Amino acid sequence: MQLNINGTAREVDAPDEMPLLWVIRDVLGLTGTKFGCGMAQCGACTVHLDGQAVRSCVLPVSAVAGRMVTTIEGLSPDGSHPVQRAWVDADVVQCGYCQPGQIMSAAALIAHNPSPSDEDIDAALAGNICRCGTYQRVREAVRKAAAQRRAER
Amino acid sequence: MTALTRRQLLQRSLLSGAGLFVAFHVPRKARAVPEPAAKQLPDPNAFVRVAPDDTVTVLLAHSEMGQGIWTGLSMLIAEELDCDWSKIHVEHAPAAPVYAHPAFGMQMTGGSTSTWSEFDRYRTAGAMARAMLVSAAAQRWKTDPRKLRTENGTVVHGKQRLSYGQLALAAQAQTPPKKVALKDRKKWKLLGKPTRRLDSPEKVTGKAQFGMDVRFPGLRTALVARPPVFGGKVRSFDAGEAKSVPGVEQVVQIPTGLAVVARDFWSAKRGRDALRIHIDWDLGPGATLDSAALLQDYRDKAKSKGPGIAAQKGDAEAALATSATRVVAEYDVPYLAHAPMEPLNCSVKLEGGRCEIWTGTQFQTMDQMSAAKIAGISPSSVAIHTQFLGGGFGRRATPSSDFVSEAVHVAKAAGVPVKTVWTREDDIQGGYYRPLFLHRIEVGLDAEGAPRAWKHTIVGQSILAGTPFEQFMVKNGVDNTSVEGVSDSPYIEAVPARLVTVHSPRPPVPVLWWRSVGNTHTAFAMESMIDELAYAAGREPLEFRAALLAHKPRYLRALKVAAEKAGWGKRPPAGRARGLAMHESFGSIIAQVAEVSVGEDKRIQVHKVTCAVDCGTAINPLGIEAQVQGAIAFGLSAVLHSEVTLKDGRVEQSNFHDYRVLRLPDMPEVQVEVLESDAKMGGIGEPATAPISAAVANAVYALTKQRLRSLPLRLALA
Repeated sequence: MQLNINGTAREVDAPDEMPLLWVIRDVLGLTGTKFGCGMAQCGACTVHLDGQAVRSCVLPVSAVAGRMVTTIEGLSPDGSHPVQRAWVDADVVQCGYCQPGQIMSAAALIAHNPSPSDEDIDAALAGNICRCGTYQRVREAVRKAAAQRRAER
Repeated sequence: MTALTRRQLLQRSLLSGAGLFVAFHVPRKARAVPEPAAKQLPDPNAFVRVAPDDTVTVLLAHSEMGQGIWTGLSMLIAEELDCDWSKIHVEHAPAAPVYAHPAFGMQMTGGSTSTWSEFDRYRTAGAMARAMLVSAAAQRWKTDPRKLRTENGTVVHGKQRLSYGQLALAAQAQTPPKKVALKDRKKWKLLGKPTRRLDSPEKVTGKAQFGMDVRFPGLRTALVARPPVFGGKVRSFDAGEAKSVPGVEQVVQIPTGLAVVARDFWSAKRGRDALRIHIDWDLGPGATLDSAALLQDYRDKAKSKGPGIAAQKGDAEAALATSATRVVAEYDVPYLAHAPMEPLNCSVKLEGGRCEIWTGTQFQTMDQMSAAKIAGISPSSVAIHTQFLGGGFGRRATPSSDFVSEAVHVAKAAGVPVKTVWTREDDIQGGYYRPLFLHRIEVGLDAEGAPRAWKHTIVGQSILAGTPFEQFMVKNGVDNTSVEGVSDSPYIEAVPARLVTVHSPRPPVPVLWWRSVGNTHTAFAMESMIDELAYAAGREPLEFRAALLAHKPRYLRALKVAAEKAGWGKRPPAGRARGLAMHESFGSIIAQVAEVSVGEDKRIQVHKVTCAVDCGTAINPLGIEAQVQGAIAFGLSAVLHSEVTLKDGRVEQSNFHDYRVLRLPDMPEVQVEVLESDAKMGGIGEPATAPISAAVANAVYALTKQRLRSLPLRLALA
């Protein structure tokens, strides 16, 4: 079937029910999207589907044919997305494993809600677990990224 | 024990094949870094390399698992090397004897030791490299090296300058200096300054490679069907259906179960699902395990003294009998999984008498030895390519190298390169837990309310029991990781008659160190009890603690700073109350004030945690703040949510829906005050996890007058 991944059409040979996560990782070799739970509980596998944050570990690949999938590799060519810059600036990452998922959730939030309240941030990121406990700086970085994005518009 | 004994024992155990002798846990008294044998300086080339393009590569002897040593140890080198910080590139070192932990004698990461144990070695390596660059420049300019100075990656002589890159090849030919002087701390430019992480760019773009991300042609993925109860064995199986799943190539039997080897994860998972119903397990005695019954058994055991005596002074029992007031309390904590975000995985390639391993591990030397034994080769024929660890928290430091050994078995049985991947369910149900523990404490107060007798009985599995460390590390029935934080508590040291004993039962549940190890439960028990005693004595909790610590200025300072910054003594916002706790572990002291409220549904919400941390010299305050925030979040998961329970031998939890952990909306605002002190440098990865349980429980008591003595904390609904 044909998939649109990060703006490129890719022909993949995978069973219909294979979760998008494993197509991205094992078939296409894009390893920035992470496996954490396999049941949409932790958010490490978050990607954008037509601009919305979704958990790719429970999404059968057949459901995304013809739709636009963006992974962390496609968020920006060089790490320059406002969320990525804010993440570096706020020194958010620790082990880093959950961070692509956190960043994809945050990017979808500020794309749809340029001025998120603290409650909006809590709600949008509640599905992304970080065992290192970077949450306080995640909040700070999302606020910074939103402000940055507003300033650039 | 001295370093020399440790080294001798290490050699002896290597010869006997009995495994390594080292302490993962460092008892407080043994925290000195041993003098290197014969005062040898490190081989600078092993730790830092300067390339002609001016890049400075730092070789990391320890594993980056989030704690920030990628940056912190590089700062140590850069300070002395005087290089351009923007040119630093970091790599995990290979597994080799030169990278052995300075205090432990084996290559490993744990015990919150990386920074203090490498403080001298990494700075020295940087200083030696600098001296060699200066000496190469002096030769080039035919002048005395003492006339030269260095500046941000260049050697300067009057108006002449040469970059380190221009000197790199010539420097390599220089003889390493016999001795180097390290900078006085007053001259530090980098150390002590808040410094952003070097690994951020690759971690925010998805480029950072974790073990899970390892790919190479021919690498298969394997999932292992492990027994449904601990200690179970495969009796018989039929692999027919599993092998008919597209993508599945082999089903092989290994000591820990049956491995389904497939072309990708999804095929392996479907294959394993198909296989599971066709396995007949011999469950063994583990099938009767029940954590509730175990806790009751521990409660009964705690009524009598344990066989291991961890601390004793005076006659605590006699003093109890004659005390004006007796306070008795029991505290208990459940089994806990580490649940690092990156599920365990390990890639192995066996070829031509060599074994190559790609994984995120905290225990390179142990893994090398375990793999060698299974592959039937020498440890030096085992190469370990350490990848970024998607969290460790102790789970990637198993004395049995469990997940590495298993992967080597699979690769050997399958005859192809294999990456074993654990699912989250495998992780939560796979054991190697923080052990279930129960503390029974009886304290006698005198007429003024001061403790005069302290009898403390601890019941829980020894982490070291059954490991190669047991014969050396468990002394007179006491595994220090079971009692640390009680037997050496500054509070207990203030009590004239005291007795701390331990029972170490051995139910067949694999247990392991979990961020802050024994302190996870000892800090909860100690600081909750101190709070109970303050109320029993009719004293203010801060003042009661300060009286016990009157002659211990470091503890007092931490307590008082945390209290002051938190507004202790001032009225908290409506509906909230504050709780206090202070604990020392891994050489650092941390005091915390938690501010909590309770919802109508009796849900405990932690709004704010104010901390004062004394870890001696602070290398990177920005990293310290991150570690304290993170350690509190890790601790709060256990305070508010997480527990592993067993019934009929089965683990009742399986994934993050029922093994609940802290999520972003629950994260309090953590304020960190770093107290510089002249004390020896301590660790920072773990200490803040320990006291948060008691700080929150004490705040809940202040608010509700309900004393919660079990973790996770749950208020009665009625």
